[in-house]
Amino acid sequence: MDQFSSMFVLALNYATPIIIASLGGLYSERSGIVNIGLEGIMLVGAFVAASFTPLFENQLGTITPWIAIFLAMVAGGIYSLIHAYVSIDLRGNQTVSGTALNMLSVGITVYFCQIIFNQQRTQAFRNGFIKQTVPVLSKIPIVGRLFFTRIYPTFFVALAIALITWFVIAKTRFGLRLRASGEHPSAVDSMGVSVRKMRYTGVLLSGLLSGLAGGIMVLTQSTQFTVFSIHGVGFIAIAALIFGQWHPLGVLGAGFFFGFSQIFSIYSTDFKVLQNVPKEFFNMLPYVLTILAILVFSRKSVGPKAVGQPYDISKR
Amino acid sequence: MKKSFKNNQLVLSLVAVLASFLVAILVMMLTGLNPLHFFVALIRTFSGYDVLRGNFNPRYIGEFLQTSLPLILTGLSIGFAFRTGMFNIGAEGQVIMGSLGAVCVGILFDLPIFIHLPLAVLTAALFGALWAAIPGILKAKFGVHEVVVTIMLNYTALYLSAYVLKLLPGSDNQKTVDIASTALLRSDFLRSITSNSRLHWGFIVVILSILVFRFIIDKTTFGYELRAVGFNPSASEYAGIKVNSRIVYAMIISGAFAGLAGAMLSLGTFDYGRVMFHFENYGFDGISVALLGGNTGLGILLSGLLFGILKSSQTMMQSLGIPLEIVNIVSGLIILFVAMQYGIQALLSRFSKGKEREDGSV
Repeated sequence: MDQFSSMFVLALNYATPIIIASLGGLYSERSGIVNIGLEGIMLVGAFVAASFTPLFENQLGTITPWIAIFLAMVAGGIYSLIHAYVSIDLRGNQTVSGTALNMLSVGITVYFCQIIFNQQRTQAFRNGFIKQTVPVLSKIPIVGRLFFTRIYPTFFVALAIALITWFVIAKTRFGLRLRASGEHPSAVDSMGVSVRKMRYTGVLLSGLLSGLAGGIMVLTQSTQFTVFSIHGVGFIAIAALIFGQWHPLGVLGAGFFFGFSQIFSIYSTDFKVLQNVPKEFFNMLPYVLTILAILVFSRKSVGPKAVGQPYDISKR
Repeated sequence: MKKSFKNNQLVLSLVAVLASFLVAILVMMLTGLNPLHFFVALIRTFSGYDVLRGNFNPRYIGEFLQTSLPLILTGLSIGFAFRTGMFNIGAEGQVIMGSLGAVCVGILFDLPIFIHLPLAVLTAALFGALWAAIPGILKAKFGVHEVVVTIMLNYTALYLSAYVLKLLPGSDNQKTVDIASTALLRSDFLRSITSNSRLHWGFIVVILSILVFRFIIDKTTFGYELRAVGFNPSASEYAGIKVNSRIVYAMIISGAFAGLAGAMLSLGTFDYGRVMFHFENYGFDGISVALLGGNTGLGILLSGLLFGILKSSQTMMQSLGIPLEIVNIVSGLIILFVAMQYGIQALLSRFSKGKEREDGSV
């Protein structure tokens, strides 16, 4: 049980950035803009958070990581505006633009590491987020051990964002308009709502959340920023978005699942049954499963219908 | 009409390159660095001539050429898919699989050079082709979009290849044993004329690939059908072209080019298989190469050489006090400006009023 609960908590920790970035991708794709730049935006967020923390943790104390992830979020939002401008205003190819975001982020972040810290990485920080045990709730049998004992507070941030996203997408007027922009933009336009604004909002939210996810990831899973800080989690977030069928709660579930599959590669040697399974198998798992999921769901075609197509008002 | 389109593409590409260099210069100046050093490094990399010291070393030319070889091939790979209307973002994985195939043949077989080397190179092409066939078949049979599948297959290839390479006899956790010399593209002659660069016979493979690319696209009915599918799949279907099978073939050929890029790396640049857990970006850089080159054989050759210069100038940049990542910034910017080409086109057409405006979509 001890082993299981520590594994479980670690899985939640790994799931946190996947869930947050994936929800970001959800806003963007639901508004009709493909964003495969999540990985790059996360890298920018991680860089900002990991640069801020060592420089200010002496003066600011325990609140530092919270300010750091806030700044990471803002940086991610600003960075994503490049994608919004290219794909919405200039009607460029969204996949190309997202790829540009990914490639550019590698250059920018490490370049500024060299300028600020004179090395290929940021200076190591002493304290990222600290694992906490929630009083009272941790006393609940089983659930207390699994969800409220020695856990990073950022997991609850992810949970909250998932619930808020579900509410916003399913229950609010904004959510309806956002979804409609991704399904049938000309209908949105004919109702006097600006598709451009909805899509800008969608991409901006994806940037804010991915930046936040990157910041949280580096402050809970590393001690400094390197170019490998995100190592594909942005793409796993896209996988979770598809696996969760573009639904906020589905994304939450898929995020948990991929979080678990990531830690299996760490723990596989501890289990007799899994000992003979190579580590690489667990590394591959999220990607292979996503391909299978796409196949299973391919007949139904549940993704936003107009996703990836620039909206051209003159073609209405 | 066709000619004006080509010129238009050239102008767009030049604008993208110039704009990227300008932004990079701005970044360097804002961070207190001397952008002249950036150009000193670039000049030395492609001409071998050191502007600061006034000496000449041909090794730099050999190094930049050998860096360009896999980039030109991944450019051909992605360009070929683009012409058929597909975005093969999975060249990265196909390079890895091609490299894996070449290493396996190079280590496991013991054959005379005139069989061993071609076999290793062709196995690389085959592995890349098979890996690319997966998204092709999934798209043709189930209508699944290739972008997501190929992204997922990139990571799958990365871990699969690491696993298989470690299984080969004599491998440790970082690399395999040396590949048999009968399977290597290494050339003592090319090394000697470029004062010990790693330039290798792979350049012949690259030249042949460019010719094959141009031949298939421009001279065959098959290539015509591929382009037709790329322009308008429904019209092609109506005209009697078997769109689905064309999609699969296009991906297979695209993957074969990427697989060859893998052979350049494992049989040419290196002489052993490398167990990797991170991408080397040859496949992703290929996207920039293809787009900048306008998806034509000649364009891809030129832009491949440009990216080869950029990529191989990195060590020099660093030693001149400019963070080597400036190169990644430049290549990221180039692809960003290429994505902006609709906007750039609108801007250009405003400058030249008399000219007809053309729609340029990627």
